[in-house]
Amino acid sequence: MEVPAGRCWENRGVPETTAVETESGSDRAQQPAAPEAVVATHALRRDFADEPVLRDVTLSLDAGETLAVLGPNGAGKSTLLRILATLLRPSGGEVRVLGAELPRMAWQARGRIGYLGHDPMLYRDLTLAEALRFHARLHRVADVDARIAELLAEVGLGRRADQLVRTLSAGQLQRAAVCRCVLHEPELLLLDEPGAHLDPAGLATVSALIGPEAPAARVLVTHDVETALAEGQRALALRADGIPAYEGPAAGLAPSDALTIYGGRV
Amino acid sequence: MNAFKVMLAKDLRVELRTLQSLPAMALFAVTTFVIFRFGLDRTSLEGSLAAGVLLVTVLFAALLAINRLFVAERDEGGFDAIRLAPVDPSSLYLAKVAALVVYLLALEAVALPVFAVFFLDGAEGMAPLAGILLLLDLGLAATGALVSTIGANSRARDLLTPLVLLPLLVPLMIAAAGAAEPLLAAGGPAYDEVGKWAGTLALYDLTFLLVGYAVYDFLLED
Repeated sequence: MEVPAGRCWENRGVPETTAVETESGSDRAQQPAAPEAVVATHALRRDFADEPVLRDVTLSLDAGETLAVLGPNGAGKSTLLRILATLLRPSGGEVRVLGAELPRMAWQARGRIGYLGHDPMLYRDLTLAEALRFHARLHRVADVDARIAELLAEVGLGRRADQLVRTLSAGQLQRAAVCRCVLHEPELLLLDEPGAHLDPAGLATVSALIGPEAPAARVLVTHDVETALAEGQRALALRADGIPAYEGPAAGLAPSDALTIYGGRV
Repeated sequence: MNAFKVMLAKDLRVELRTLQSLPAMALFAVTTFVIFRFGLDRTSLEGSLAAGVLLVTVLFAALLAINRLFVAERDEGGFDAIRLAPVDPSSLYLAKVAALVVYLLALEAVALPVFAVFFLDGAEGMAPLAGILLLLDLGLAATGALVSTIGANSRARDLLTPLVLLPLLVPLMIAAAGAAEPLLAAGGPAYDEVGKWAGTLALYDLTFLLVGYAVYDFLLED
């Protein structure tokens, strides 16, 4: 089954509020100032050793919105997230995150992004509290110990604060990684399979921090198509070759259509 | 400065807790002295031979720590964590240099007395020799942290680090040997040309510290 042709490439035009707008300064002065998109890309491309992994990705995400990124393994979802997190340079196209053009102005966005990737980014030979304190101090979080205690209590790890990170289970580690991700109250959350290793209770504990009610824009990479489309205001469906099959309002993409990008393997 | 202190404190805390580098370095140094003692069949060394035995031992013990310097950053997401934070990435370089200098000083606190007991007739030249070793440590750390970062992001890191590092360290080792030789001379330390070689060591240290600080931002980029 093909994604409905009428919905493909919907809203692929670059939003007026992004860096790639071409209107003159005088035209802009006559219009009311629109809030700048939190994330905006235009014709984004990323190659690995001359092999394209992402191609022609144009998207936009406003403050308070969630972008659901769907696609089969190897479609470039994690690569997209790492580019938005300033960890990878784009091979082509334009990217703006929190008003900063990447990669040139990456330093402006750093510290304002919460990135939850496949790696928890917690030093295994530190205790949980020490590992989080390390990140909190790098991000100049005020009242570090109180913030860590608050977050650990929220995800049910309050009693594990003095335990070495290496001794935590995979689910506990994921909850700890969520704490690390939101320690500095980021404006943008980049979440790569945030539910990995979490049981239903674990998912519930992190929901307030990184779920739909989180006080930040979110880019959510997941294979849970129905949940992603229900939580997202925007959706990006990537094909296996890294080319977008759909970009637009999440309401415009039916879960059954979204599943077709997995090539019938779902 | 805050980031530098945070990263240095983390490294020292992890090393004190796990003792992954220091005991191996100390054991390597002591074992090497034993091998030299029986291999050379000498109970006393002086001049260039004494300097060579001491400095080569410190160099290869340092390689053990340099190879492990970025293991946690590579395997536990440390590089990404630092690039996500609003800090100057060069802070990581300076913190690693400082950590390596601390490891080398700890190593020498063990190795130098053992070296003196095994090979020296007196301890007259030890104080100025400690100063030369400090300059050597700074050069080893400045160059080692730089090359180790490059190696950490390479698949052939175990080969790459020593292969790139050792040629870069040749001028440092020549200068350190030039400075240490008169301090370990037979009949007591002499100070001929020590100043010249110490100046060369300081210049090498400064050059690599500046190069490392200047290029480190680019090394951490993908």
